[in-house]
Amino acid sequence: MEQLKSIGRELAMGSQGGSSKEFLDLVKSIGEARSKSEEDRIILRELETLRRRLSDPDIPRRKMKEYLLRLAYAEMLGHDASFGYIHAVKMAHDDNIMLKRTGYLTVALFLDDGHDLIILIVNTIQKDLRSDNYLVVCAALVAVCKLINEETIPAVLPQVVELLNHPKEAVRKKAVMALHRFHQKSPSSVSHLVSNFRKRLCDNDPGVMGATLCPLFDLISEDASSYKDLVVSLVSILKQVAEKRLPTTYDYHHMPAPFIQIKLLKILALLGSGDKQASNHMYAVLTEIFRKCESSSNIGNAILYECVCCVSSIYPNSKVLDAAIEATSKFLKSESHNLKYMGIDALGRLIRINPDIAEEHQLAVIDCLEDPDDTLKRKTFELLYKMTKSTNVEVIVDRMIDYMINITDNHYKTEIASRCVELAEQFAPSNQWFIQIMNKVFEHAGDLVNPRVAHNLMRLIAEGFGEDDEGADTQLRSSAVASYLRILGEPKLPSLFLQVICWVLGEYGTADGRHSASYIIGKLCDVAEAHSSDDTVKAYAVSAIMKIFTFELAAGRKVEMLHECQTLIDEVLASHSTDLQQRAYEFQALLALSSQAIENVMPLDASCEDIEIDTSLPFLSNYINQAIENGARPYISESERLGTVNTITPASASHYQQDPAHSLRFEAYELPKPRAPPPSIQPSSTSSLPTSSSDLVPVSEATYTTREEQHNPKVQTLADQISAEIGVHLKLEGVQKKWGLQTYSSPSAPSTSSSSTQKATNGMVTSDTIRQSSLDSRKQQVPEVSAEKQRLAASLFGKKAAERKVQGGTRRPAKESQPAVATSAPEPPKEEKVIVPAAPPPDLLDLGEPSETATPTIDPFKQLEGLLEPAAGSDVASAPSPSVSAVKTPDLMSMFTETPSIVDSKSSDKGVISSTIAKKGPNVKEALQKDATARQVGVTPSGNNPNLFKDLFG
Amino acid sequence: MIRAVMVISTQGKPRLLKFYEFQPPEKQQEIVRYVYGALSGRPDHVSNFVDADSVFGQGTRLVYKHMATLYIVFAFDSSENELAMLDLIQVFVQTLDKCFKNVCELDIIFNFNKLHTILDEMILGGQVIETNSDQILNHVDDVARIEKSSSTTSLVPKSISARFGR
Repeated sequence: MEQLKSIGRELAMGSQGGSSKEFLDLVKSIGEARSKSEEDRIILRELETLRRRLSDPDIPRRKMKEYLLRLAYAEMLGHDASFGYIHAVKMAHDDNIMLKRTGYLTVALFLDDGHDLIILIVNTIQKDLRSDNYLVVCAALVAVCKLINEETIPAVLPQVVELLNHPKEAVRKKAVMALHRFHQKSPSSVSHLVSNFRKRLCDNDPGVMGATLCPLFDLISEDASSYKDLVVSLVSILKQVAEKRLPTTYDYHHMPAPFIQIKLLKILALLGSGDKQASNHMYAVLTEIFRKCESSSNIGNAILYECVCCVSSIYPNSKVLDAAIEATSKFLKSESHNLKYMGIDALGRLIRINPDIAEEHQLAVIDCLEDPDDTLKRKTFELLYKMTKSTNVEVIVDRMIDYMINITDNHYKTEIASRCVELAEQFAPSNQWFIQIMNKVFEHAGDLVNPRVAHNLMRLIAEGFGEDDEGADTQLRSSAVASYLRILGEPKLPSLFLQVICWVLGEYGTADGRHSASYIIGKLCDVAEAHSSDDTVKAYAVSAIMKIFTFELAAGRKVEMLHECQTLIDEVLASHSTDLQQRAYEFQALLALSSQAIENVMPLDASCEDIEIDTSLPFLSNYINQAIENGARPYISESERLGTVNTITPASASHYQQDPAHSLRFEAYELPKPRAPPPSIQPSSTSSLPTSSSDLVPVSEATYTTREEQHNPKVQTLADQISAEIGVHLKLEGVQKKWGLQTYSSPSAPSTSSSSTQKATNGMVTSDTIRQSSLDSRKQQVPEVSAEKQRLAASLFGKKAAERKVQGGTRRPAKESQPAVATSAPEPPKEEKVIVPAAPPPDLLDLGEPSETATPTIDPFKQLEGLLEPAAGSDVASAPSPSVSAVKTPDLMSMFTETPSIVDSKSSDKGVISSTIAKKGPNVKEALQKDATARQVGVTPSGNNPNLFKDLFG
Repeated sequence: MIRAVMVISTQGKPRLLKFYEFQPPEKQQEIVRYVYGALSGRPDHVSNFVDADSVFGQGTRLVYKHMATLYIVFAFDSSENELAMLDLIQVFVQTLDKCFKNVCELDIIFNFNKLHTILDEMILGGQVIETNSDQILNHVDDVARIEKSSSTTSLVPKSISARFGR
């Protein structure tokens, strides 16, 4: 600091031409600032001064330059200098090249390419691109790269293209880069100019050629196939470069043009990937580089590493592969951490070609894992992740978890936690182990884990492991319960983990009879009490308590209401969260029911049973009809009420589907409907009040009529029939279109006489129109029997689900060894089981969720009792207990033939290094399925949907 | 591509920030804080690479060099080579050294516009275009000469330390 002071003084004395004393003082005082707030004060004062000075109309231009630099300095320190932006733009207009450059520099520092002021600078740039002075042109090109956005590209494009032939190579180089930048920002704007890049590849100046490789790299990584013709020329360029044919000015540390070599190798890696013919051209030059390249310098190693990457990407050849392996082992044996890092990375690439390579380096890998260097450690974990298989998963995951516990970087913690989960899901040797690992992950990184993982875990515990052996499942559940009861003693648990614990305790806490109901309830009450601010955990706890109670009551046992439990329920009844409140009220209502009813509402261990959902909710139609007769307004879907008819939604798609000749709409969109008063049409009263209803929505009705006449004759006839019945024409059409759409368009819609009930039911359902209707449209693709809607919707996903099941099988080695596998054919019921959850509608049986039948005025459970009985009954009947054998599709066989080799394969003594590679990666299908299943199981903590009620009761 | 070039003092103060994708000032400060936090916690004699996924997005890394009181940091994505970037830092530092004769932190503070000029010669739009420090210097000197002739007084001393014979 002393030194800085003295220099500052020196500078202050000696600076006439350079930065002024003020700037020096500023830097000095910032340097001396003792705290961040003091520094902020100083800069704010400085900004105030600058603001005052800049508002002065005639500032000497040289002063102006300094002010702008000071502004840029202030902004670099994190303060807002936007008041000065316009001055920077003005300065770029200046004729003096020094001022102009300062102007461009500050503009590039200050402005985003989407900023309003950019438009003001485009004119200047255009002028400067035409300048005779190549330095001005260069400055403008630098600015172009930074400032020109998609809209302004056309304004400068012709000039930039012209500059590709500029005599100065520095200008050509920058013009190529500017074009590259345009390509990055808006590929379509320069797509016709791509040939220019090929042309510049033959530029006389190697620098320009090198610059051209950058855009080519981007183009080739987008589409390698159309550049295969370049392989030969690129290889010959690389050869020439490697043979030192370029001028020595391109040498760097005695390596010929290393950056060009690296770029070329990257491009060749892309072009040769999976292409034997293209790769054939490359082997010779790669061998040459491996031979020549000296590994003593840093840059030499950079090229060697790039060669290894190239070799691992192109079609394998044993000779170059050997050279690559040799280079990699040199990296790994090196003392330098940088080279070790590159070696681990290279190894990760090479084991994709031949997994045995890793074996030789196992000690080096383990050293890297123990290394104090965090970056190296992470890289090594990445490598281990790539080579995990069922024989080494335990060691690797244990290591990962140990590491995960000790890091504080949340971003990386999340990543490594999700990797642990992925590996555990894929390769778990036993279920016990899997649950243990999950518990650890949740305990230490709970809030960072994707909720999906929690749902998977719950599903796993609920479904068991697909084995016929019920006993094993029961044992697993009781061990899970026991471990959770133990873990509950820990002081701080993440919310997500608590949710899992609550759910499992609720479902299976009393299942094995080892723990009394009141003990579990007490524990759950403790959880709710300890996390009184976390509504989700509380909701899980309340639902779990409810389950325990109902299971006990259904079994005919009496449960006494614990004092603390009563307190909890009382508290929740008055909660601000409507979701919590509802759960509590449901709980109370359930307690009042007979044990028979309770058993139907809350069947024991039924979380993975199918729930048949008739999405048209026919059981409500009587109720609706009655309500409408009593003068209630009919249902109007949300989109209708908002006055928007989204023609792209699947609803309308399905609407037009039935008439293939009119699958596209060509006429203009309807006039916008009045938004404020929602169109309320009352079909029951239309005959008596025709005028009033037509007054309400005249415009929309008119448009509906024409539209339907033109495009949907079938609907039109239906509408005519109705109108004939009721005697009013226009109004009813509007109505019918509004909320009878899906019913009518469905092929199974029986007849006009039933259409009014259909309408009503349909209206009831659509709380989420888009989802609902997409479901409908899916159903329509297959001719269907209405009773089997779910089955059919399911069969659309069936294939995928079956595949998923097979994939899922990998993590259950025990199952794979079952002998019965070979014989049994795929069974449709199982497929359907998996798929049904795809149906989004709320799940009536799980009272843990807000159920849509609840009215504010009428006791929901009185109503439900009657309504649910048949549904629940049919449900249980139609959904047999999960038949496990069904999974064993012949597809599995292929996996079995492979598994033994995995198990038998040699593994290192430490068990870390593996010799077989396993395919991995995120499995979207599986994730989807799991998510869907989780939803079905009812573990998704549904946010309560207030719109649901609005939709239902207007 | 290269995402950013940063020079940060060992006290955590930014000395030079150049982003090749625009970052608003608040985000810049956040990045500086993150990078400083990541670098200052690293022991000596470990690798010069750090993951930067959480600030620059998936697959991005930092390469840094610790020189006297400064960290020189390049952030880049998977289309660049770590070792090559390390050498690019070397080129940058060499050029600065030649330009300022024994470059020190103060040179960098007071001449940050000149540093930008040098970087613009090396990297354009996030791509390396020149790695020969002599070539870079020639170009920068060309610019300086023209600037000088266009205005009677030089506004930027070539090197503060050189000027005072330090």
